[in-house]
Amino acid sequence: MTPRTFLVNGLLAGLVAAIAAFVVAYTVGEPQIDTAIGLEEAASATAGDGHSHDHAEGDEAAHTHSHGDEGTSVSREHQATFGLATAILALSLAYGGVLGLIAAFATGRLGRLTAAGSTAVVSLVAFVAYALVPFLKYPATPPAVGSGDTIGERTALYFGFVLVSVVVAAAAVVLAVKLLPRLGGYGAIVSGAAAYIAVMLVAGGLFSTVNEVGDFPADVLWFFRRDSLLTVATTWGVLGVVLTGLVLRSQNQAAAAASKREAALAL
Amino acid sequence: MSQAHVVTPTPTVPTISVRELAPWALLFGLLAVLTIFFVSADQGAVSIPAGNAIHEWVHDGRHLMGFPCH
Repeated sequence: MTPRTFLVNGLLAGLVAAIAAFVVAYTVGEPQIDTAIGLEEAASATAGDGHSHDHAEGDEAAHTHSHGDEGTSVSREHQATFGLATAILALSLAYGGVLGLIAAFATGRLGRLTAAGSTAVVSLVAFVAYALVPFLKYPATPPAVGSGDTIGERTALYFGFVLVSVVVAAAAVVLAVKLLPRLGGYGAIVSGAAAYIAVMLVAGGLFSTVNEVGDFPADVLWFFRRDSLLTVATTWGVLGVVLTGLVLRSQNQAAAAASKREAALAL
Repeated sequence: MSQAHVVTPTPTVPTISVRELAPWALLFGLLAVLTIFFVSADQGAVSIPAGNAIHEWVHDGRHLMGFPCH
């Protein structure tokens, strides 16, 4: 199998994952965003501080959601359909391709796992390290939560934490592979996972906490975060399952081709 | 074909060399990072290009995929 096989499989898996994630995001996530924007607009209408939100008056307010002073504004209808689809498709394809290439590197390097087996491991580790653990430290926030003044700091913290998590997870996998001959599969995996958790607990303590929730309703916040996590988990879950299936298919095809060559040589 | 003296089992799964993988990883990695940047962070903390058209278009995806949006 070549890097190309893995990349193509990754992109295909990304496409399938995007479709699944869009369905989840549109059906369960969008109602929460609409509720949050409704609260945001009600708050800015009563407070009238107009901090960097340029909402049109009256009926228009229900259809636009705009930040910043420059005029480009996309209707809520487009944000919730084509905009959402663009974002999810672009991210899914990027994740799928990168995951495919990491799986290509991992093949044959994780003990005696087959290509499909190491792909499944890589998918699981990627979801935990890139998405799940960063979500626990810096959960998704709905519109109306978060001050525009701290977006730079929050962005740096979020991506910094993602970077630390991914690097530590990669190091933990390398550690597990190194320990494999001495400890066996069980011991190596438990050691690697424990090392990742220990380092991330320390990192989580060192990175400063962001709490700009204010008096935003707790139920809407929970629903939004639950549905955001559901969307992210759908993306990575479908990505991992489909990519593993596609790699298994490629692996079987390669094995069939190899045994055919052997049979031809034996003649 | 005696394998009795072989101590460590030879890996049955062939690896792809780093040399073969590097150009793919470099090119697609760059493309992926750019894509993720534009969808997840552009016109929030950093604006290339200026304006808010990209931010507005991917707004809902950015919120739901867990990125700090605004």
